[in-house]
Amino acid sequence: MSAFLLRRLAISIPTLLIVTMLVFGLQQLLPGDPALALSGEERDPAVLAAIRAEYHLDRPVPVQYAFWLGGALHGDLGISLKSNQPVTELVLAKLPVTAELAGFAMLVALAIGIPAGVISAVKRDSVWDHIANVIGLSGLSIPHFWLGIMLILLVSVQWGLLPPGGFVSPADSLTDNLAGMIMPALVLGGGVAAMMMRHTRSAMLGTLRSDYVRTARAKGLLERTVVIKHALRNALIPIVTLGALALGELLSGAVLTESVFNIPGFGKLVVDAVFNRDYAVVQGVVLFTASAYILLNLCADMAYCLINPRMRG
Amino acid sequence: MTAADRMTTTGGFVDAAPARAGLLRRLAARPAAMVGLGVVVCFLAIALLAPWVAPYEAAATSWSLVRKAPSAAHWMGTDELGRDVLSRVVFGARASLEAGVLSVAIALSLGVPLGLLAGYVGGWTDSLISRFTDALLACPFLILAIALAAFLGPSLMNAMIAIGIAATPLFIRLTRGQVLAVKTEDFVEAARAVGNPHRRILLRHILPNVTSPLIVQATLTIATAIIAEASLSFLGLGQQPPAPSWGSMLNFAKNFISQAPWMAVWPGLAICTIVLAFNLLGDGLRDVLDPRA
Repeated sequence: MSAFLLRRLAISIPTLLIVTMLVFGLQQLLPGDPALALSGEERDPAVLAAIRAEYHLDRPVPVQYAFWLGGALHGDLGISLKSNQPVTELVLAKLPVTAELAGFAMLVALAIGIPAGVISAVKRDSVWDHIANVIGLSGLSIPHFWLGIMLILLVSVQWGLLPPGGFVSPADSLTDNLAGMIMPALVLGGGVAAMMMRHTRSAMLGTLRSDYVRTARAKGLLERTVVIKHALRNALIPIVTLGALALGELLSGAVLTESVFNIPGFGKLVVDAVFNRDYAVVQGVVLFTASAYILLNLCADMAYCLINPRMRG
Repeated sequence: MTAADRMTTTGGFVDAAPARAGLLRRLAARPAAMVGLGVVVCFLAIALLAPWVAPYEAAATSWSLVRKAPSAAHWMGTDELGRDVLSRVVFGARASLEAGVLSVAIALSLGVPLGLLAGYVGGWTDSLISRFTDALLACPFLILAIALAAFLGPSLMNAMIAIGIAATPLFIRLTRGQVLAVKTEDFVEAARAVGNPHRRILLRHILPNVTSPLIVQATLTIATAIIAEASLSFLGLGQQPPAPSWGSMLNFAKNFISQAPWMAVWPGLAICTIVLAFNLLGDGLRDVLDPRA
């Protein structure tokens, strides 16, 4: 197991290094003089000269990258042109809001995706299976932002049940915070639930056909015990790795969900940064999400090793 | 034709015409896939024939028709500038399908050669390409596409390039995996034994035998690319006004959700329908072409 994890760790480091090169390389895509693009509306030669000096734009590209990487390794991802705050501070400040949204969305995904996948597999080719498949496929086909707009139209505008958007800190009012999170979490969790349902169904179909499940049935165990204790427990093992994959889906979805529901999180930060041409923030968000994704994948591999007895050898 | 070529074609791996007929026959046995195919063909026809199908000019504004509810004259109502929503949905199909198909074409043209190279050559080339792929895969698809579109500048073409680059690692990884499985087959060994050059082995013997999963993945990725284009246009990074696209229509519609909900309903339904159709078709193709998956 430790050899496997060491190999995964050894692969993660060069991958992370290439991510930094890609993120830095984004800057090279800017048309014309990068100092002009980075300065926003500013055209004062003194300001442009200061930007060139700050970002080392008058030096060769590999040297610029070395300076940028050195800063990033020390947590310095540059300064936001819009707010004049360090990018790292901005990212960390928005992180709790998105983490709360992602956490609730994950709960929705687990609560819907796993039971639906189990029922679909146990009652294969039944009406329930077909219904679950249609819902699963629809969940993958409906864009987050449209589902969000439709929910606002129905639940907030027509029925007046929940607030149409905005964010209230749980420290200010826990009930308002939860009320504001219901629709965004449903929207964001819906897509992940569909993905989880399809994976759970596939894993359950595999385990339900296995010899140990046949043996459990032959022993006369209740079908519920066979399904939950024997089949589901083993089917859940590969789904652990799906948790890390779902993070990418949640972060991508959060960008749009936060825009629709006007939630001041990580996703809204990147969208606002794009419109303000605040490129350092865009780079910072991409680097942060990719690093988090690599780290969580590594954690998922560790969890997989711990819970899968065949990997402990 | 070399002996190895004959072995490949007569061995049932790349017998194109009967394979196509068999594929259609097997696909026809799957109603969901056929519904998906039918809807995709309908949308393609609508996109190609948009100037004749649409009742009005997509950009024609009218201040007397601002945000009018659906009626006999305007079946899907009008938008904030008095433009006919149905006409804009019809013309918007062009942007969405163009984005879906072209971005996947970009991803295939970058991903397949790199995957072939990584899988066939192996060693350092494989390690380098694989780490590059891992790095791209580590960036969430839409965030990478947003970042690329932001740095390239907002336009439909740049959105397609961004989506294409963001989807490339999927095809590199898939092609590499398939090549690793196929390159140890007897017919490849035979092609090598008779002295075929590497390029010929790759293009004549390996590539035709890795296309099935690529076709399946390409079909499913078109669905993802259509959603991604709509997402970028929704954020203002794709199709620019006044040219219509379903995503940009939703971007404006969200501001009038309580006064003119029809502005948001129809473009969204169009996205869901075409994406569901591509997903159904992709699932059907996977069952037929790549049953092990």
